[in-house]
Amino acid sequence: MKKVFKLDEVDCAVCAQNMENGIKKIDGVESAVVSYVTQKLLIECDEGEMDRILDEAQKVIKKVDPRCRIVR
Amino acid sequence: MSRRQKENLWRIIIATVLFVGIVLLPIDGIVKTLLFLVPYFIVGYDVLWGAVRNILHGHIFDENFLMALATVGAFCIGEYPEAVFVMLFFQIGELFQSIAVGKSRKSISSLMDIAPEVANVLKDGKFCEVFPEEIAVGDIILVKPGERIPVDGIITKGYSDIDTSAMTGESIPRVAGVGDNVISGCVNMSAPIEVEATKEYSESTVMKVLELVEHSALNKGKYESFITRFARVYTPVVVVLALLVAFIPPIFVGNLTTWALRALSFLVVSCPCALVISVPLSFFGGIGAASRRGVLVKGSSYLEMLCQCKTVVTDKTGTLTTGKLMVTDFDNKEAVKIAGSIERFSSHPVAKAVANATNAVFDMQNVREIPGKGMCGVCDGKDVLVGNKAFLEENGVKVTGKGTVFVAIDGKYAGGITVSDHVKENARSAVESLHKCGIEKVIMLTGDSKEGAEAIFLEAGLDEMYHSLLPAQKVEKLETIMQKSSGKTVYLGDGINDAPVLKRADCGIAMGAMGSDAAIEASDIVFMNDDIALLPESIKIAKKTVAIVKQNIVFSIAVKVLVLILTALGYADMWQAVFADVGVMVIAVLNTLRTLKM
Repeated sequence: MKKVFKLDEVDCAVCAQNMENGIKKIDGVESAVVSYVTQKLLIECDEGEMDRILDEAQKVIKKVDPRCRIVR
Repeated sequence: MSRRQKENLWRIIIATVLFVGIVLLPIDGIVKTLLFLVPYFIVGYDVLWGAVRNILHGHIFDENFLMALATVGAFCIGEYPEAVFVMLFFQIGELFQSIAVGKSRKSISSLMDIAPEVANVLKDGKFCEVFPEEIAVGDIILVKPGERIPVDGIITKGYSDIDTSAMTGESIPRVAGVGDNVISGCVNMSAPIEVEATKEYSESTVMKVLELVEHSALNKGKYESFITRFARVYTPVVVVLALLVAFIPPIFVGNLTTWALRALSFLVVSCPCALVISVPLSFFGGIGAASRRGVLVKGSSYLEMLCQCKTVVTDKTGTLTTGKLMVTDFDNKEAVKIAGSIERFSSHPVAKAVANATNAVFDMQNVREIPGKGMCGVCDGKDVLVGNKAFLEENGVKVTGKGTVFVAIDGKYAGGITVSDHVKENARSAVESLHKCGIEKVIMLTGDSKEGAEAIFLEAGLDEMYHSLLPAQKVEKLETIMQKSSGKTVYLGDGINDAPVLKRADCGIAMGAMGSDAAIEASDIVFMNDDIALLPESIKIAKKTVAIVKQNIVFSIAVKVLVLILTALGYADMWQAVFADVGVMVIAVLNTLRTLKM
């Protein structure tokens, strides 16, 4: 399942890149894109795992920018 | 401006005032140095903190770290004003970038501001306001003049003009009454109508379109991937160069401070921000410009494809032609009247065309339709046969004339009627513009017979055509065309029956795809209406977008490399380095904003 979330907010394009690379490494993530331009996060994964993956993604994002969060 | 942007703006203003004050202050020595730290920390504390945090998390080469290192380094060497200035300028650039990106994001999303906010749904005999998400299939919705139609549906009451421009780019309002389908996102203009929902909000056209455009920025093209790869290599390379500059030359010529300062300038230049921001932003702007014209692009890679396209392959019916069949020739007026009277009973498109060709209606008895062949019945005591050649011949009638449909009365041949499709008015000019945009060949693939295809081929001014193709053969033909093409190949079809061809082409475009989920699914670009002139226009947008992207890439890399060389040779200092970083980024973003004006 592919799902898109809003991010509040990604501050720089390089940060978005770092978040994306980090989220891609989370177990169970098939693909992930973080767009600085649209402030969006796309995650493709198994539907049942979405919640766990989102929690982990939030942690990854927090590491890059502590002020940024995923809007669910 | 967002709260964060305002906060940053105030920090910059306060720090700038303090900085200028301290520079002008007639004191020297340690007091002045300490004073410089005040504006430095005001404007840069988040950068410094970010740098520390990133090191702890193992992200070494990010811009915070580089800026922190460069400015702290400058302080250590004793270049206090430079340190503060670099940090100040960096923050100004960041603020500008965040405002510019926010602005273009806003201007593009306002284009797509087509989502209805509330809907009036009939519940227990009364209309109540609900969110569009709560509408169920079968609900009756009241749409007042000036409101957006919230979900796809059928009009059950009322008669009004519908403004479809937001969805199709078509500026002339459509008149719709009871029984007509209406698409969500369109605006009801003149009178209240009641609509029965045929789809839920999430399945409605407006949501499909919004999703498609919003997700397009998440579908990265070649240039964006290039920038990502470039950024990953560029920064570490420059940092290593900085280390070399700092420590190798002093071994031979001494003067460690000078070289260390040059190395710090290297660090300032090493952020690839200008590229990382401007490239996706340009594509986003280009995709926005296209969607304003009713062209939905699923990702920046398809704009690249359009830009490199040399061959256009098109379908015939509904693409080059209007797709509406009409009687274009006949040899016996009476035969048309008889045929029209009996063809009224059929829903076959050819039959409909014949029925529409005449106002005369004779009384018909015992009407039967033989699928794939024709119709038979009795009129005024005489047997009537209307159908294709094979059908009449089966019934012992010798066909002597020309046509698509033939008529026999009482076993005798009565005449032939030619039914054909006609070329869209602007098809020829669209093909000409395609040639002007650098398209080498416009090729038609059709399942039609040679005669029908040839007429269209000549009238539209095409370069090549292949006729009598079965759907599977269309894919094979497309593959041979793709091999011969000197660039990318675009396939333009109406999305009905040609999904495999749409998928096989480098870039598949479905036109007039409003409401057809299958076509939206199979294609890479969707034209909301069936105007063929959108193709040359889209190619122009794609070319401009890619040109802006290339300008930004070349300009940013060139300036950075130049400043790196000048710095290493001692001709440029940290002031120029800050320009090469922040200035270039600002110029690239400004250049990007041109895509919004297309």
